[in-house]
This record gives sequence, C-alpha cells and structure tokens, in this order.
Amino acid sequence: MQSELQEFTITAYTENHVGLLHRLTIIFTKRKINIESLTTSESETEGIHRFTIAVTETEEQVIKVVKQIEKQVEVLKADYYTKKEVVQQELALYKISTKSLTNGLEVERIVREHNARFLTIEKHFVVIEKSGFRRETMALFDELKPFGINEFVRSGRIAVSRERDGIGKDVEKILAEAAL
Amino acid sequence: MGTVEVPELTSQPKTTATKRMTGAEAMVRILLEENVDMAFGYPGGAIMPVYDALYDHQDTIHHVLARHEQGAIHMAQGYARANGKVGVCLATSGPGATNLITGIADAQIDSTPLVCITGQVNSSLLGSDAFQECDVLGISMPVTKWNYQITRAEEIPQALAKAFYLARTGRPGPVVIDITKDAQFEEFDFAYQKCTSLRSYTPKPKLDLSKVEEAAELINNAERPYVLFGQGVLLANAEKEFKQFIEKTGIPSAWTIMGLSALETDHPLNVGMLGMHGNYGPNLLTNECDILIAIGMRFDDRVTGNLSTYARQAKVIHLEIDPAEIDKNVSADVPVLGDAKESLTELIKHVKPNSHEEWLQRFRDCDKEEWDKVIEEELHPTTDVLSMGEVIRIINKKTNDDHILVTDVGQHQMVACRYTNFSRSKSNITSGGLGTMGFGLPAGIGAALGAPDRTVIAVVGDGGFQMTMQELATIYQTKAKVKVLLLNNEFLGMVRQWQQLFFEKRYSSTELINPDFQQLAKGFYIPTKKVTERENLDKAIEEFINYDGAYFLEVMVGKENNVFPMVPSGSGVAEIRLE
Repeated sequence: MQSELQEFTITAYTENHVGLLHRLTIIFTKRKINIESLTTSESETEGIHRFTIAVTETEEQVIKVVKQIEKQVEVLKADYYTKKEVVQQELALYKISTKSLTNGLEVERIVREHNARFLTIEKHFVVIEKSGFRRETMALFDELKPFGINEFVRSGRIAVSRERDGIGKDVEKILAEAAL
Repeated sequence: MGTVEVPELTSQPKTTATKRMTGAEAMVRILLEENVDMAFGYPGGAIMPVYDALYDHQDTIHHVLARHEQGAIHMAQGYARANGKVGVCLATSGPGATNLITGIADAQIDSTPLVCITGQVNSSLLGSDAFQECDVLGISMPVTKWNYQITRAEEIPQALAKAFYLARTGRPGPVVIDITKDAQFEEFDFAYQKCTSLRSYTPKPKLDLSKVEEAAELINNAERPYVLFGQGVLLANAEKEFKQFIEKTGIPSAWTIMGLSALETDHPLNVGMLGMHGNYGPNLLTNECDILIAIGMRFDDRVTGNLSTYARQAKVIHLEIDPAEIDKNVSADVPVLGDAKESLTELIKHVKPNSHEEWLQRFRDCDKEEWDKVIEEELHPTTDVLSMGEVIRIINKKTNDDHILVTDVGQHQMVACRYTNFSRSKSNITSGGLGTMGFGLPAGIGAALGAPDRTVIAVVGDGGFQMTMQELATIYQTKAKVKVLLLNNEFLGMVRQWQQLFFEKRYSSTELINPDFQQLAKGFYIPTKKVTERENLDKAIEEFINYDGAYFLEVMVGKENNVFPMVPSGSGVAEIRLE
C-alpha cells in the first residue's frame, strides 16, 4: 500500500439528507485532512446524490476515510480513485474588462488557443469559460492576468471512474434489493 | 364487565389507527410503541409539551428526574447496558442539550443504544440566536450514529421509528432527535409503524463463509492461538457461542474492559485483562502468539500500546460487525465481517477440537509472577494502609460474584475491573472508550433502575464522584437501590500515579482537599458509613451489601498506591512493568 501522499478522488452515493454534508466533512476534520474540493449533485439515479471529494493523502488514510463515509447511515456506497482511474474536469470562469478586447485581438487569440469560450460579453466586462485540468485553467489564468482579471472562480473537481460501471452499478443493485 | 377486543385480521403491517393529536402526545405514544417504560431527563422551556404529554402516562413511562442532564444521560447509558433496551433521554434546548454531549460521545465510542430527544426553539426562530437556542444537530453530529431535526409534527413517526431502529441495530449507538417546540404543539393525524430496514443502511454484513473457512484453517493449524474478546460478544448476545468456540479449540482468551463479564472470571481459559493496566501474561504473550483472534473488539490504543511493535509475528483474524473497524488500527489477515453470534456459530462448525496446554501454561506462569509481585500485596496488603484491591476482594466474597459492577474512571476503575469476579454476563458497566469521569454514580443509578433484581455496586473515586455527586438526590427521589462505594485516596489517583512515574513526582493539581462525604450523604438521606481501619472493613461491606436500598460506603485507601502492572503510554505491550 502506498504510504506517500497522492491525489485521490473520493466518490459517495447518498440519500438527499439535511446535514449529511456536515457529517461527511467531520470525517475529514477529525483526521485533519484538508478537502481540496467538494462538489455534490444529483447522480444518474433520480433522488440519489453524489459527492465528489478531492484530497491529497496517503492511500492508507483514504481507505479508512472511505470506510467511515460508507458507515454513515445515509450513504449507499463510497469508493476512491487515483488520478489514473478517473476522467476528471474542473470549470473556470474569468471576468475581465471589455476594454481589454478593444485593444487588439490578443485576448481573442488566447481564448481560442486555450479552447476556452466567451460566455457573455457585456458593456463593461466579459466572462470567459474554460474547462479542463487545473494546470490548463491556470495556464489560461496566467495568460489573461496581464489584461487584468476582475474575478476568477474555479469549480471543484468532478470526475467519473474509468471502470465500465463504477459504483453506480452497486448503488443500482442496493436500490433494486431494497425495492423488493 | 369489560368487553374483549378482538384484533382485526389483516394482511397489512400493523399500524396504530390514525388519530388526531399533538406532536408531543404522538412522541409519548411512540415511546410506548417502542416498549419504553423508563426515560431519564430534565425539563425546560423547549421540551415542555413533551413533559406535559408524559404527565398523562406516568403509570406506563417512569420519568427519572436527574439533577443535571449529564447525570440523566449517564443514567440512560447505565440503564441500557444493564437492561439491554434502548436508553431514552430527554432534555431541553440550548444548555439542556449541550449538557448531554459528554454522555452522547461516551455512548458513541462504547456503542450504547440511546435515543436522546431534545427540545428546540420554535422553527420560526431557528438561526436567530433565540433564547436557549443552540445548533444541536451540528454539535451532536460528530458523536452520534444518526441525528435529525423535526420541525413539523408529521415528521415525528418516521424520524422516531428510524431513531429506535438505528440505535439498537447493527453496531448500536446514540441517536439525537431535536424537535422544535411548535412541532410538539402542532396537531396532526398520527399513525405509527416501526422501522425495520433502510436501503442505505446495513446493520449486519452478510457473513462470507469462505472467510470463516479461512479463519478456521488458520486456527486448526495454530500452535499458539490467542483470543481477544470485546463488547461485541455481549452486544451480539454471543456469550454461549463464544464459550463453545474457545472450549472446543482450547484457546486462551483475554478481555478488553468492554468485554469483561462475557466469560466468567474463573473459567480456565479466561487468562485476564488486556491493555495498559491489564494482566501481565495477556499483554506480554500478545507478542508470542502465532494466531491472534480478535472478537468484537477494536484494538483501542489502550489495548495495543505502540502499534509498531504489536503482535507483528501473528496472523490476525478479526471477527467484527463494523467494516470501518477492519484494518483501522491493526490490519487483519482474515477479516470475518458479521454479527459475532452468527460468525461464531459458523466458525465452531469448522474448527477442530484441540487443547493448547503448554501454551496455556505460559499464561499461568505469568500469572504466578504477577501474583507474587503485584496481586498478593494488593489483595492482602501487609501494611496498615487499606488497598482498593482488598475492598474488591471482600465484595466478591459477600456478593457471591453475582452483582453488577459499575465504575467511574481512574485507578479504582482499573482495580475494580481487574479484581472483581464475575459469574454472570453483562455485569460490568464502565466508561471504556471515552474515559468519562462522573460516569459511575449516575450510570449506577440507571443500572439499578434497569435491573432491579440485581445488586448494583457503583465503585467511584473521590475525583469522579464530585463531578456528578448531585445525583445522590436522584437516588433519594427514585429510591434506586444502588450501592455507592467511594474509594477515597484524596487524590486524582491515576493522574498522580503518572506524575509520580513520568513527571518527577510533581503533583500538579491532583491533591483533593475533600468535603465531609459522610455529611454529604446524610444530607441526601442516604445511609452511610466510613471505614478507615481494616478491622471494620468486612462488617461494613456486609452491611453495605445486605442493606435493602441505597447505601453510601466510603473507604479511606492508600493515598499514593499505584496500579500495576502498567504498559507505559507509547510503549509496546511486551514492555509491561510489574513495578
């Protein structure tokens, strides 16, 4: 088992329950593990929510955390993945002044080269959208910086596993058994 | 003449017929449906409607009025552990609820089934920092198995059904139900159905028979197998299967403090206590066994000492109900997930009859050494100073080993657990995981009320006793027949022992200048006696045990006696010290 720190994505399928987010974050707080990002949304199954939690930790510790997550009453199934085992993305928004566009085509060129797009162009500002790995969204950030970035936001990591079914299949099975 | 009601035959699950009532009334009806006949608590503004509803059901639900919410919850814990039922605790919002937290944390770490109901401010006031408002859900979340806030009466049946189901099934634990005052007043159409399953919750993992076979093969080929058992055996009611298993295989077995009494003390395969103040052999020989079989225990650090030197030579079989305990502290070569009763029942079929006489003799040799260096002097002191051990020895004699021992936390706890003889299971109630001082007296009251046919002895130290001693009033009010044995050494003894051994005898804030405990007990109308001389001890204990009702016995013991053996904090189990 790997005892050095590495990037992991933890996924949990859960019931939609008030306070469950708190219950899950406590598991990390108790062990002084920093959550790098956390997103939650409805999963492929109606009414079942999905947490995606990004951490940099040892595998040994992550295994224990996943077991604690799965132990929570409203959690149907939890698992963890290394970087290689997931397809992952983040979304970033960059707000810059509209004036930056009027001084030549430089910004447009940068946006095109980074496979980003203009989400909106308003009188005073434009919003650029870019999805990708963190290094990709940050590369765009660095190039836009000289033009003055008024606001910047990056979403948490979202990821799906490279397994054919992932744990979603296990969740389906749990739900099917419960429905009997 | 009354009429006889014939229940209707129906294929539908049994439910209470729908009836209009307040939320508070519904809650009390649910307590009755869940077979609750006793609740412990303390009223206050935000829980008043529930208390008002209880007023109409005094014949069926006995409410025990504690003198502090911490007392109430430790009583509920003592009740649950003596009686086997879910302990129920009631408190008001804000300080009422926060005062429960220590007991909730204690119940969580020691897997005690509790349902705690806390009042909450009106739902319209939530988040406004109203009078006695506190985020009970947030504050109790890290220390509960589950919790839920009710803001509408219609949520009550389902939430409480889940609460009772979750508290008592699987690995038991405390559940908090926080209910706003308006939901208690609100009228709704009440119907109740017990909860029997939840799709996201697996109380008992399905036993994997291949793991059982793997475990059996290891056990059948073992030369020096060794069993460690914990509370899992008691919680699964697996005492009989456990005994069959060790008797068939002839494996020496040692207990954690939470597993104590699952196997009678004088059983030839009971080799004693594990851990920091456990017995010599059980600790030392952990590092000599070839197969370590952990049953319903969680390798707490007080049991293992330094993990890097713990049983490295042994293959580990871990019978456990909670998947999160597997590989948490000690990695298992063969994890057997499941309820201890089911796992042991299967395991017994696959193991071969065996005996390990030579190996068992090693434990007896260690016992002899411990007896000569520690136990003889503790049980039969050669000095004039009374020892805690000799008090426990006389209690064993006077009770015929058939009493419930409740302990607080500290030196007296270690001594009482080491030296009490048990002939019956589920007879030891202590704060094992959290080590909560102040637990003993109220837990003793709860145990006495939960098991009225048993002799309940609450052994407390002078430190812990003073944390919850106001509950003497609850003894007087409820007439709980708890025997309180105060072992007074005028010190916070365990901390003092550490200061002596590891802090150059710098007794920082551990000496207690105590009040007159005799006057105190008298003030609460409890018969009392104080013993300072050995010649009076035997007779005093006899009176203490035989008195029909609560009794307070104070014994002055050696001020600077130490508990040995000891595995110093951070050391390995093989570094256990006898002196």
